[in-house]
Amino acid sequence: MLSSTAKNLYWMGRYLQRAKSTARLIEATQRMALQSRGEEAAGVAAIFGMEDEFRQSQAQGERLASLIDFLVIDENNPSSIVNSIGAARRNAREERNNITVDVWESLNALWLELSARLRGNRATLDRGALIETVKKQAVMIFGAAQVTLLRDEANNFLQLGAFLERADNTGRILDVKFHLLRPDGNPSAEGLDYFAWSELLACVGAVRTYRRIYRSSLNPMKVAELMMLRRDVPRSVHHCLWMVDLNMRELADAYGTRGEADRLAGELHARLRYARIDKVFEIGLATFLGQLRGDIGTLSDEIGRQFLLD
Amino acid sequence: MVAKAFDEMNSGTDGSVRAPYRGVADWLARTSPERLEATRREVDLFYRRHGITFGAYGAAEGSETTIPFDIIPRVIAYDEWQFLHKGLSQRVRALNAFLTDAYGEREICRAGIIPEEQILMNGEFVAMAQGLQLPGGVHAHIAGIDLVRVGEKDFYVLEDNVRTPSGVSYVLENREVMMRLAPELFAAMSVLPVADYSEELLATLRSVSFSDGHEPNVVLLTPGHYNSAYFEHAFLADEMGIELVKGSDLFVDESRVYMRTPRGPQRVDVIYRRVDDAFLDPLAMRPDSFLGVAGLLGALRAGRVNIVNALGNGVADDKSTYTYVPEMVRFYLGEEPILQNVPTWRCDRADDYKYVLEHLAEIVVKEVHGSGGKGMLVGPTSSKAEIEEFAALLKARPDNYIAQPTLALSTCPTFVSQGVAPRHVDLRPFVLSGKKITIVPGGLTRVALKEGSLVVNSSQGGGTKDTWVLASDQADDR
Repeated sequence: MLSSTAKNLYWMGRYLQRAKSTARLIEATQRMALQSRGEEAAGVAAIFGMEDEFRQSQAQGERLASLIDFLVIDENNPSSIVNSIGAARRNAREERNNITVDVWESLNALWLELSARLRGNRATLDRGALIETVKKQAVMIFGAAQVTLLRDEANNFLQLGAFLERADNTGRILDVKFHLLRPDGNPSAEGLDYFAWSELLACVGAVRTYRRIYRSSLNPMKVAELMMLRRDVPRSVHHCLWMVDLNMRELADAYGTRGEADRLAGELHARLRYARIDKVFEIGLATFLGQLRGDIGTLSDEIGRQFLLD
Repeated sequence: MVAKAFDEMNSGTDGSVRAPYRGVADWLARTSPERLEATRREVDLFYRRHGITFGAYGAAEGSETTIPFDIIPRVIAYDEWQFLHKGLSQRVRALNAFLTDAYGEREICRAGIIPEEQILMNGEFVAMAQGLQLPGGVHAHIAGIDLVRVGEKDFYVLEDNVRTPSGVSYVLENREVMMRLAPELFAAMSVLPVADYSEELLATLRSVSFSDGHEPNVVLLTPGHYNSAYFEHAFLADEMGIELVKGSDLFVDESRVYMRTPRGPQRVDVIYRRVDDAFLDPLAMRPDSFLGVAGLLGALRAGRVNIVNALGNGVADDKSTYTYVPEMVRFYLGEEPILQNVPTWRCDRADDYKYVLEHLAEIVVKEVHGSGGKGMLVGPTSSKAEIEEFAALLKARPDNYIAQPTLALSTCPTFVSQGVAPRHVDLRPFVLSGKKITIVPGGLTRVALKEGSLVVNSSQGGGTKDTWVLASDQADDR
């Protein structure tokens, strides 16, 4: 397999996951905005690191709509859903011969549908339907990969990209939203705004999962535990870094070499595996997550260096 | 106007249906236009979903269109194919002998058959390829020979393509589509399969590696996904299970070519390149090329990597060399050519030039190095102004043009907006040469979808058809 193939598959995984995460985040935010007051948009803006630009812009009501457009269809935003899908498709198209027809066709179908929707009148474009399409079809694409791709290095790189992106997304959502809801970092359930906290869970599609696991009312510490430390929750940071580590090990076995990226992947996995949520709050969630997110970024750089992706 | 064309379905004796087409005629008779229209729409959807697209040059970056596919197959009888097969093999053997000679001793020039300047002054001549001993003496490993039919027994070679001929992916995909859409038609007629092309191509590529004694690593070199034929490059690499590489994936060290992989460098033995000569090696050819690999020609000259098709093949397939091919067959093989050339006037000859200028309205004039149906004049279908404009070009550089009589290309029933109607077609079979010659039955049939048009190129609004070579003279037995 070529290095350029590894790179394309890795980024295809990242972009697809990015589009999927953004779609879910917007959906949760919109639902939240329907049932409460107005700061949701600011929270979302913060997740994408655009709080300041956002505060300067228009009236509250228009803000959410324009933010959503920025995240969904804006050509100037390289991480907008439409641009992410376009980038994933470009990566896939360059690797047509290295992915299965099923993966290619489901991704191409999504791109064709988005293109068709965008050709119409922007004013009447149904954003909700577009987001729904992205969510559904992304599941199809990852599903097609799951059941049809050869379990070889190419698959490892695709998985690596997707799980690293997802670990980063979940970490960022938890970090930003927790801070907004509890600037003092207090994990107690006192004076808890039920809607705001269930929205946070909805961002990673885990409202029902929470009830299933804890069978109790919402509690910030448990929310943080679920999103960060639960290995059995497929969007938790722990689960994602476990998968990153697993794929790194498979590559190391195939190549017979190990490097800094392998060490860091193992260390991050172990850190989450053996962390206890009460200890995390002793250090401070913001501190713990800040360190974690920084290390995920370093891991991403190291993977690039080690496998000639850059 | 052009003489009445030979219709491959309806030109039987007294206008009856010709034997090989009986199955198709029956099928058309019992299939409603609505059904055909529904099928046609299904096909378009299939091609789009698969991303079997074609980015036309000059169109907006990244724009992708599909080449129209006509659902009525073009049928070739078994004995017709036997005849074509023999003729094609012979012609390609002669072209390969010529290329070996042109970059070697140039015996054919010394024998007074082809003037030496025809080779040496040719813009496509690659001096660095002189004296190379290529495995098996093969230069044109993949040749696309464009044929036209004008009568029951009359086939002509219109053009040889021995640089980087494309279109074979459509042969394979068109067949896939037809089997899906009209299984009943396959059941009624016995058609020779084409699906083994990729296997034969891989075998051919492997057979021309310089290095024996170890498994050759074969790769396909593409200019990248903005190239109009990118789909085909990816398709063939996938079918053969080889790496699809860009110039940036390869490098040369100590005259050996390697590809970059996460495991480290891996040696490359044969490069099936779909990049033009000029862009292959910035050190040896165009220095501004980003598509090639620095040092590639050095590795070739050192006998460490073989490049397929060979460099400098353009001296054998431009439209002025074309006129010499029958002579090549006689000279190198000592045989009479089986396939005929279209009579051709060379505008660099005073008599021919004079004739061409006087008869522009009746004939077809082409650029010597033109391709894709551009830079040509089809006299009978051109306006007076177009003819005058072209005459000016011709006068400025007579040696840049050749001319041929306007042939009445055969027609095949084709499903167009008005229903089923005859449209002109040509045929491009693909001839593989390695240790042996292999030709997958049939080839790419291109069809001019505009009524009366003789230009079949996809860049000029042409479409394609599935080409069926019948397994035996079955149709006659019925």
